[in-house]
Amino acid sequence: MTALKEFALHCPISISDYPNVTLAHGGGGKLMHQLIEKMIVPAFDSPIAQQRHDGAVLSVSGAKLAFTTDSYVVRPLFFPGGDIGTLAINGTVNDLAMCGARPLYLSCGFILEEGLPMETLWRVVQSMKNSAAVAGVQLVTGDTKVVDKGKGDGIFINTAGIGVIEHSLTIAPASVRPGDAVLLSGDIGRHGIAIMAVRENLEFESVIESDCAPVASTVQKLLAAGLEVHCLRDLTRGGLGTTLIEIAESSRLHITMDETRIAIREDVNGACEVLGFDPLYLANEGRFVVFVPQEQATAALNILADATDGEFAAQIGTVDDEVPGMVTLKSRIGTSRIVDMLSGEQLPRIC
Amino acid sequence: MKYVTEYREPTAAAEYAAAIARATKNPWTLMEICGGQTHSIVKYGIDELLPKQITLVHGPGCPVCVTPLELIDKAIAIASRPEVIFCSFGDMLRVPGSEKDLFQVKASGGDVRILYSPLDAVEIAKQNPEKEVVFFAVGFETTAPAHAMSVFRAKQEGVQNFSILVSHVLVPPAMEAILSSPDARVQGFLAAGHVCAIMGFEEYYPIAAKYHVPIIVTGFEPLDILQGILMCITQLEDGRAEVENQYTRSVRREGNRTAQQLVRRVFKVVPRKWRGVGEIPASGLGLAAEFSDYDAETKFGLTGYTAEESPECISGLVLQGLKKPAECPAFGSSCTPERPLGAPMVSGEGACSAYYRYRRYEQQRAEKVKA
Repeated sequence: MTALKEFALHCPISISDYPNVTLAHGGGGKLMHQLIEKMIVPAFDSPIAQQRHDGAVLSVSGAKLAFTTDSYVVRPLFFPGGDIGTLAINGTVNDLAMCGARPLYLSCGFILEEGLPMETLWRVVQSMKNSAAVAGVQLVTGDTKVVDKGKGDGIFINTAGIGVIEHSLTIAPASVRPGDAVLLSGDIGRHGIAIMAVRENLEFESVIESDCAPVASTVQKLLAAGLEVHCLRDLTRGGLGTTLIEIAESSRLHITMDETRIAIREDVNGACEVLGFDPLYLANEGRFVVFVPQEQATAALNILADATDGEFAAQIGTVDDEVPGMVTLKSRIGTSRIVDMLSGEQLPRIC
Repeated sequence: MKYVTEYREPTAAAEYAAAIARATKNPWTLMEICGGQTHSIVKYGIDELLPKQITLVHGPGCPVCVTPLELIDKAIAIASRPEVIFCSFGDMLRVPGSEKDLFQVKASGGDVRILYSPLDAVEIAKQNPEKEVVFFAVGFETTAPAHAMSVFRAKQEGVQNFSILVSHVLVPPAMEAILSSPDARVQGFLAAGHVCAIMGFEEYYPIAAKYHVPIIVTGFEPLDILQGILMCITQLEDGRAEVENQYTRSVRREGNRTAQQLVRRVFKVVPRKWRGVGEIPASGLGLAAEFSDYDAETKFGLTGYTAEESPECISGLVLQGLKKPAECPAFGSSCTPERPLGAPMVSGEGACSAYYRYRRYEQQRAEKVKA
């Protein structure tokens, strides 16, 4: 009892702020960051967790390993361009890739809801198998639990992954330097709009497919070319905007983006105009940013261009030390504004 | 993208900015009515392109911002009932009521859903006959036809477990209230393009004549706004006060007659309280007698709600163009999008939120450099 009482007294997210967890605490914006920074990281107090990266980089008996985990709770389970199975493999593979690791082994935990059609589970398992083959990883351990009907959303999947780091670079926000070029591996926003279109029955002229894809082989090519990669980060829930703000804050540097260099497909842009969304904050599942010294930007872009959707890869920004922790965007009409982290998920506007 | 990209073209923007600078001889204060325009102005830094003599003040045209606190409290009371499916446009969920917001109702088990169209709520009502489905009908003239259609269809199809919580407001009475205030400083208006797409702009002629103000029906893209400003400044410098239409690709003088007829049939004009401003006579819509069975306030017996606004929040002054968001002592300190004191900090179209998101450059710069 005493322990419980003490915890209540010391809960770092004050009860007057948020007595309950809200969806915004998982939305990839400010509230989620607050939860991680104030409650979770301090509680687990580990210098490795302080790296604030997509995965932990560990030294074990002389080998450098990357270790990461992610849970997948997407609704609907199947969407144009992928399903929860492809996400569960590619998401974790990509987190390992962002540590500069070659992904090797994944674990898989299923939480299934009573009544789930076996056929659905079979389809998900098959697409996990196929995605793992494409990404060159093995699923080596796992767990299955079933919860009462109504206590889950069909399938929840957790995957954890281990990869090996075969270079001496420190790929992390702390390695970003003034003068670095910021490269983006393709067009943005497709996953976010693809999911929303299915979930909300929005019909567009063409089907917008998720960009869900593994990026580890492209990252391996960047490293094999001997490029001095300072930082890598895949764009997931919070989109390009949130990702760059996280890196600017961790590196205490300033990133300037050029709006005209960011590729957004016309149908994605159209959907954003209708819904009042900013594509900078839309989710992606196969895009990442690369920080390299400016003189290596062209070489890196040539490698990015060879990957799927690589024709949209571009240098979208630069790094300097003018205003630590800030991201600014040079707009299409030549003016500048700051890019701020959203509180939670984007909400469709009224009119 | 067709019809968007060409209205964000940098060379044309620079040319318009230069033309505005040439046309401006005297100091002028203009107000853009709509929150969507405010958002564009701040997001694209359009005011940075204007000569110093031009001041842009931001109008009351953010539906989220002007919905009174007690109505949010009523929405929360309805949404908290176990038999209710409460449906709303997304931005309303984060607006703080006296004690909590709709997101918190959802987190504690309320069935609160974000919809894109009120007609979807009628469908939900048909699929869930044992539930009461309520749509939060918020907005200006732009959303009124869709709300009217939902009620009209529910009645036509005999759907009785559907109702709307109405908080509809009208633009022209608000413009008159702003112009007749003793502190009035607005000398020209950029009228809200989408409102005019529905209503046309005939109702602005008497206002332009009575208060001698130019009124330019204006769109939402950077070039629309720059062109609207140029038309307004040109009139002011010429001493004219006319109604002009910049947004010709969407707006006709008479508007959308079919939509207007439906709105007139389902709704009647009523006095409405505007958050931060107070009651304005004949400034809103309520359900007409024929459709009063679909009024959620009556259905759930919600009367006698009063709520106290935060004394710190100056949103009323901001919404009337009397103060800029950054002039509020709470701005960015005790009032942020995570802990908003007033609605203009919540909505994407609210002036305070637009300033907070795009404009804290100097403030943030100072903070970040210090940290």
